[in-house]
This record gives sequence, C-alpha cells and structure tokens, in this order.
Amino acid sequence: MTTRMLGDTRTVTQRNLWHFVRQPDLLVFSTIQPVMFVLLFVYVFGGAIETSLPPGVDYVDYLLPGILVQSVAFRASQTSVGLAEDLQRGVMDRFRSMPMARSAVLTGRTFADLVRNAAILALMITVGYVVGFSFQNGVLEAAAAIGLILAFGYALSWVFATIAFVAKGAEAAQSAGFVAIFPLVFASSVFVPVETMPTWLQGFAENNPVSVTADAARSLSIGGEVGSAAIESIAWSAGIAVVFGVLAVWRYNRI
Amino acid sequence: MLLCVSAPQLSDRSDAAPRSSDGRAPGPAVQMSDVVVEFGSTTALDGFDLEMQSGEVLGLLGPNGSGKTTAVKVLATLLRHDEGTARVFGLDVVDDAEEVRRRIALAGQYAAVDEILTGRQNLSMFGELFGMHRSVASDRATELLDRFDLLDAGDRPVKNYSGGMRRRLDLASALLTDPPLLFLDEPTTGLDLRSRNTIWDVIGELAADGATVLLTTQYLEEADALADRIAVMDHGRVIATGTPAELKQQTGGLGIRLALVPSGDDAADERRIREAAGDAGLDDVQAGRSPGSWTIALDEAPLEALARLAHILSDGGVDVRSLELRGPDLDDVFLRLTGDEADGADEADEADGADDVDGADDVDGADDVDQTGAGRNGQGRDR
Repeated sequence: MTTRMLGDTRTVTQRNLWHFVRQPDLLVFSTIQPVMFVLLFVYVFGGAIETSLPPGVDYVDYLLPGILVQSVAFRASQTSVGLAEDLQRGVMDRFRSMPMARSAVLTGRTFADLVRNAAILALMITVGYVVGFSFQNGVLEAAAAIGLILAFGYALSWVFATIAFVAKGAEAAQSAGFVAIFPLVFASSVFVPVETMPTWLQGFAENNPVSVTADAARSLSIGGEVGSAAIESIAWSAGIAVVFGVLAVWRYNRI
Repeated sequence: MLLCVSAPQLSDRSDAAPRSSDGRAPGPAVQMSDVVVEFGSTTALDGFDLEMQSGEVLGLLGPNGSGKTTAVKVLATLLRHDEGTARVFGLDVVDDAEEVRRRIALAGQYAAVDEILTGRQNLSMFGELFGMHRSVASDRATELLDRFDLLDAGDRPVKNYSGGMRRRLDLASALLTDPPLLFLDEPTTGLDLRSRNTIWDVIGELAADGATVLLTTQYLEEADALADRIAVMDHGRVIATGTPAELKQQTGGLGIRLALVPSGDDAADERRIREAAGDAGLDDVQAGRSPGSWTIALDEAPLEALARLAHILSDGGVDVRSLELRGPDLDDVFLRLTGDEADGADEADEADGADDVDGADDVDGADDVDQTGAGRNGQGRDR
C-alpha cells in the first residue's frame, strides 16, 4: 500500500513538474517575477531602507533571506490553481475513478510545488550573489535557512490545496489566496525592519509566520541570534501542514 | 433539393448469444435500486433502478438533465448517493469503492485527459496509476495510440489535438486495462460526424469482444446503433427498458420525414405541407421536433405515396430540404414515453419542450437538474 502510494506520488509529481516545464508563460512568470523583486528592492528601495538598518548591514544581505520567504509564500497559490484546473477539466474525475492511491493526487501536487520552489530559490540565490549577497555563516547554516523556507512553502501548499477544494474555480482560489497572503508578506520583516512600523502593527508583524521564518533564515544566513525564531518557524510550518493537510484530505474525499 | 429514400434501419444485436462473464465477480455487472441523489433542493436521481448483465451494452438514454451523468458518477464512485443501493459486480460502490475502481473505467464527454502532456505521456501516466510497470505502461501506450490512429500525434501536446482526437485519447485511457465494466458518458456529444463514426466503430468492436459497457447518450440514433438494450430515463428515473426493437414496436410502420427550407412564415409553411400531403392522400401529418420538419404516417404502398408527395411538392415549387422514407425510430418512442408530445396528431405547437434533447453539455449533475427545471417546466411528470 505504501509502495503504491510512493509510486503514484512519484507519477503525479512528475506529471505536475512536466506542466511547469511545458508552460512557458508559467515558467517565465515564476522565474522572472522573483528576480525582478530582488532587483527592484535592492536597487530602487534599498537605498532608502538601508538607513533604517543597523550600521554595517547591507540591504541586500537583509533582504534576500526575506524575499525568498516572500517568493514561496506568493507561489503557494499555484497549488490551488493546479488542483482547481484538474477539477475543472475532469482529470480529477479520472484520477478519482482509478484504483490508485487517492492521496497521491495531493502529495504529488505539493511535492511538485516543493521541487519547483527549490529550483526557484536556487535561481534567486544565484541572482542574489550577482548583486552582492552572500551567506556569511557557513554551508550548514545556509542549508538550514533554505530548509526552513522550503518547509514553510510546503506547509502553505496544504493551505492552498484546501482552498482549491473550497473555492469554486482556479481564479477564485487564486484571489482567495492572495487576500490571505498579501498582508502576511507585507506586514512582516521581509522587506523592512519591523521597528519602523507603527506600534499597533508591530505585534502582528513580529509574530506572523512569514516574519518568523524570514528572521530565522536571516540569522542563519548573515548572523545574529537564531534560537527562538527557528523553533517558532518550525512550529508554524508543522502546525500549518498538519491542520491543513487534514482539512485538505477531508475536503478532497468529499468532492 | 435533396431526395433521400432510405430503407428502415434496424440494428439489433440483442439476439446474439449471451456472453460469458469470464469468471468475473458474481452478480450483475450493475445493480442500482431506488437510488436517490439530491443536490440541495433539486433531485438528480429520484428512485433510480437499473440492472445490467455482464457482456451487455446498455444505452442509458435521456434528454439533457435527466440524470444520466449522475447515475454514472454514482457507479464510478465519484458521487455518493443519498438513498438506495448501487452495486458493481456485487460490490457496494461506497463500502467497497476501492474494489469497484479496480473493475471499472470511465470515458466521456469531458475528455478528461491532461492538456499539457502529450498523448503518449497521458497514456503512460494513467497506465502507471493503474498499477502497471513503467515499461508495460509505455508498450501499452504505443499499442493504444496505434489502435486509435493517434500514433503520429502521440508525441504532441494534447492541447493541439482536435475534439475528436481528444475523445479518442480519452477512450484509449479508459481501455488501458481492459476494464470489466466500461462507462461511456456521452462519448460523442459535440463531435463531428467523422469522429463520431470512429468512436462508434471502437465501441462496436468492444461490444463484439464481449465488453460490458454502460453508454449514456442523448442521441437516440446512437443508442439504437450501439446498445443491446436501452433504458430510457427522464427526471431522474428509468421510465422504460427494452431492446431497440421492442421500444420501436410501440410506434407504427413506415413514415415520411420532410424538412423545408423555412420561408419565414411558419404558419404558411405548415399550411402548405398539410395541403400537399392532403392532395397526396396523406392526412396524418405531425410537426417534427425541429422547426420546419414534419412526419407523415403511411398506411400502405410507401414508395408510391412518397412519389406522389414528391411530385406535388415539386409542382408546387416548395423548397424542400429533405424528404425521406424511414422506419419507426426511437425519437417517436422517446417523445411518447417522456410525454413531450402527447398522443400524436395536431399537437405540433406543444413539441417545443422536446428541444431540450438537443441541448448542450450535460456536465455535472447539479447543472442537469437546473436545466431540467428551467427547460421543462410545465411538462407533467406523470404524463
């Protein structure tokens, strides 16, 4: 049964990755957009924001770990879009009428999105190095930072898998996701230090899972206290994955 | 002007020897009794009963919105019914869903294939998900591409396929495993004639090989051509079953079907046709389902009557689109059963409701019912 599940998950994952490669517009959007964000913030807003950073910190070093988190958070809605399209086009009906591991439709989708996130992070880090970023704490810390970000993106995929089965249609799923993700990403420490925000917002901005993950990744990348942020990030990701994993499977079984 | 004289066409394979069940699970291939499916306040299946034996090709025939797709979805484990029992080879579709899925395959109007993948990738993927080894799935994909005349297009993305090619790929995907029971949900809806014929040929071959097929269709011609037995459904229940021949016996003998190039004045057209028929000694004229068409009943000497009528129409300069001699077909049976056209004569104007039959996609059950409600209001259920 488990071999079946692994095999089916692999098959569905491959299928979804093929979609990514075969749709040039999607490929361009998913790769160019994050790169443009890096360049925009480093060169356009960076000069202004750098004045509010602690002395000696380059904005590109501050920004990059955060913008990686922003990137996986924004892209999580693609999980919804993919599943919603399968539902609309009837492919889901074929999957569900077959003697395959049913959960493979969901795990195959989220794994494919995880692989895609890893590829896009690699691209963004490469661009980051070109514009002056570098990991300053060693390979293990860098890997840990990337791992935290990918885990967070994977957890969000399950949120969006759930949304796909609740919302009607791909566009609805995408807008629903955007409404949820936008405030989390912008009212966070991703682009600017939280201390520069009004007091009433700081409580939310400091504790939201995007900030927590960005802070942890930043500490692992360029130094600073890692401890609690990393643990909080892991707790957030695990909690989100478990709660929404259960919800998504439950909704999926009741299509 | 097209003059077409065709002999009555009766294709009936029901007298063929019963086919063996190949040692499949015991029990009828399909057994549904008193099945009820409700979507909110609408009832898609309303006490639906159906039984199907192994080796049988059963045509589930009904207008758009009658609940055909819903019935298939229940059997294919895609939709849970609210009441009643539904079994496939003796297995409950809810309790033994996993076992049921091993014995069925589904194809239909959706053409539920992956647009982005190539035809070959689709077949390989579904093959692997059916549990085939990768190399077996790949060989099987090639075999099916060849059989469905898709070998040349096999390595192109499906989004570049025509509607007919998609439908063939969809059908091929359902045949990867030689399923004991195959559901074909409106397999030719919206296809052009050539694609339709290809699909028909394949279904005919499957039937000849002894496959068990549940075919839903809104085309009477299709059920007639392909099915051993027909279950006519309306408003979520089966209202009649029988072989095509049995159902046809409920209507009379040969008739003339006539269609005009509409002049724009329907009443004048109607008068002209009735006059011409009257002059030819034919009095039993009924308006057909589509505007500008009529059916004229014949008692005897059909060819002479047709010739007389053709002469009169020709002399009168009537712009005839088609004139055809035909045997009783299921249209008549269906209209009679569903009560859209009461007992025949002179109720031409009431036949409008029957236009539903030609409606568009019959995609999911909920929409079905809405369309039914909207399109068929006022058609008495108990007629």
